[in-house]
Amino acid sequence: MIEIRWHGRGGQGAVASAEILALAVIDEGKAAQAFPSFGPERRGAPVMAFTRIDDDFIYLRTGIAEPDIVVVLDPTVVAAVDVTSGLKDKGLIVLNTHKRIDEVPKEFDNKYRLAVVDATKIAREEIRSPITNTTMLGAFARATGLVSLESVEKQISKRFPSVAEANIRAMRRAYDETVIKE
Amino acid sequence: MGTRTGMEVSAAISEAVKLARAEIIAAYPITPQTHIVEELARMVADGELYAEFIMVESEHSAMSACVGAAAVGARSFTATAAQGLALMHEMLYIASGLRLPIVMVVVNRAMSAPISIWGDHSDIMAERDSGWIQLFAETGQEAFDLTIQAFKIAEDQRVSLPVVVNIDGFTLSHVIEPLVVESQEDVDKFLPPFKPVIQLDPDKPITIGAVGFPELYTEIKKQQNVALVESYKVIIEVWKQFREQFGREYHPIETYRSEDAEILIHIAGSTAGTARVAVDMLREKGEKVGLIRTRLWRPYPFGDIRKTVAKAKAIAAVDRCLSFGGPGGPMCSELKAALYNLDQRPFIAGFIAGLGGRDIMIEDFFTIVEETKRLLEEGQEDEYRMIGVRE
Repeated sequence: MIEIRWHGRGGQGAVASAEILALAVIDEGKAAQAFPSFGPERRGAPVMAFTRIDDDFIYLRTGIAEPDIVVVLDPTVVAAVDVTSGLKDKGLIVLNTHKRIDEVPKEFDNKYRLAVVDATKIAREEIRSPITNTTMLGAFARATGLVSLESVEKQISKRFPSVAEANIRAMRRAYDETVIKE
Repeated sequence: MGTRTGMEVSAAISEAVKLARAEIIAAYPITPQTHIVEELARMVADGELYAEFIMVESEHSAMSACVGAAAVGARSFTATAAQGLALMHEMLYIASGLRLPIVMVVVNRAMSAPISIWGDHSDIMAERDSGWIQLFAETGQEAFDLTIQAFKIAEDQRVSLPVVVNIDGFTLSHVIEPLVVESQEDVDKFLPPFKPVIQLDPDKPITIGAVGFPELYTEIKKQQNVALVESYKVIIEVWKQFREQFGREYHPIETYRSEDAEILIHIAGSTAGTARVAVDMLREKGEKVGLIRTRLWRPYPFGDIRKTVAKAKAIAAVDRCLSFGGPGGPMCSELKAALYNLDQRPFIAGFIAGLGGRDIMIEDFFTIVEETKRLLEEGQEDEYRMIGVRE
C-alpha cells in the first residue's frame, strides 16, 4: 500500500488533487482511498488531504501518519508546517518551487527522494491562476509512475469541464518539466 | 449490470436514494451529513430525481415532513447527525409508533458539548429505543447497498417500520473509494413501488395517531415490538434476495477469522476495517484473534451473537460511545445481556475508544487485545476502560 499526503493552502485544491488521483487509480482497476483532513477549513490556511493506493480494497480507516509520499502544492507552506513529518525514510517529496533542485534545502534531499517543478509559474501561464492542484498531479505522475496521464486527464475533464483544456495543458507541462533526484 | 466506480461515500448514498426513487426528501443540513443532501437537492433541481425536496427549518420539521409524506404513501428519506438527530428525537417515536416506513441515514457524529463535528456513535445510541430498525455500515459499498435494502425492509407490509442506516461521520462519509453502483433497471427489479398498509387520503378520511388510552396503549406497544422483533425474518429474506440478485452477502453479525479465535474483537461501523487489518497482523504473530461486527443493531440478533461467540474465550467489546455512570458502552452492555444466562459464556472486556473523531489506530487494537488477555487472567478490575486517554 502506498500512502500519500497532500499539503496546500485552503482554496488551492489539495483535496481535489487527492480525490482526482484516487478516482483515476480506481478507474485503472486498482483500489484507492481519498479523504480530506476532517474539520473546518479556512481559505489560505495550511491544509492537508490524503490518498491511499493498493491492489486490493483498502480496509484501513485511520489517518495517514507515516506517508510514503508528500506532495507540496504551495511553496510557502513549507515554512508554516513540517511537511516531512512522519515521512518514511527514502520517502518522496514532490515539491512546487521556483528553485532549482540543487538549491532546495539540504534537509529535504539527504534522507528523502525529491522531485521539483515550478507549478505556480506553469499554472499562472497555462490556467491564468495560481491554483496548482492539477499541475501538481502532472508532477506526481512523472515522479511516481503510479498513475497514467490519460487517467488523470479523464478525471480532470469530468471534474472541471469548463476549464479542463487549460488544466490538462498545465498538467502535461508539469509532467515534462519535473526534475527528479533519487 | 452494476458499474464499478470511484465515488465519495456520501454521493453513493445519494445515488442509492435516487435509484430507490425516493419521492420526498426532507432535510436540514448539518455536518457531516451535508454532502448527502446537497447532492440530492442537486439531483432534484437538475431533474435527475423526480422527487419533492422539502427545505425545512429544523430536523424536528424534517422528520415531521417525512411522517406526513409516508402517511400519504410517499417513499420518504432524510439524513442527519448528532444534535440534528437529537432534535428529531420526539418525532422518531411518532414515525415508529405510526409504523411509517421512513428511511434515514445518520452520519454518526459526537454529541456536543464540547462542540464536536467528528464521528462517534453517541448520537444514535441515544435513539436506541426509539423503535427504528437500526443498521451499521462499514464500507461505501455497504452504505449504498443498505440504503436500497432499507426501503425494501421498511416497506414490507409485514414490517412497516422506519429504518436507520448508520455511517461513520468523515471516516466513511467523506471518503472516496471504489464501489459498484447498480443500474436503475436492477434496482427497480429489487425494489417495487411503495404500497402502504394504510394511507391518509382526503377522499377516504381516517385518523392515525389518535389517543391510546391505558386500555389500549400496552397492546399497541406489544404489537410494535412484535413487528420489530419479527422484522428480523424479513431482513434475512431481503438480504437473501439481494445476494441472489447482486451477489453481495449480508448477515446480522459479520465475522472475520472468528472460527477458531480465542479472542474476538467486537466493534460496529467503519473502524471494523482497521480492526480487520490488526487481526491479520496479530494472526501473523500466531495470536488466535478474530473480529465480529454488529451490522444489525435493532432488532438485536441475540441468536446470531450467541452462536458466533460460543467458542471464544473472551470478547473485547469496543464502543464508540460512553454510557455515563453506566456499565460502559451500549454495545458491550448488549453483548453481556445476550450472554448472561448461558451456562458457558466468554469473558467480556469493555473498551471505549474513538470518541469525537479520535482515530482508533491499529496499535490501539493491539493494546485492546493485550488488555483483554490480561483481564481474562487476572479478572475484571472495573466495568470498562477507555483507550488512548492522555492523562
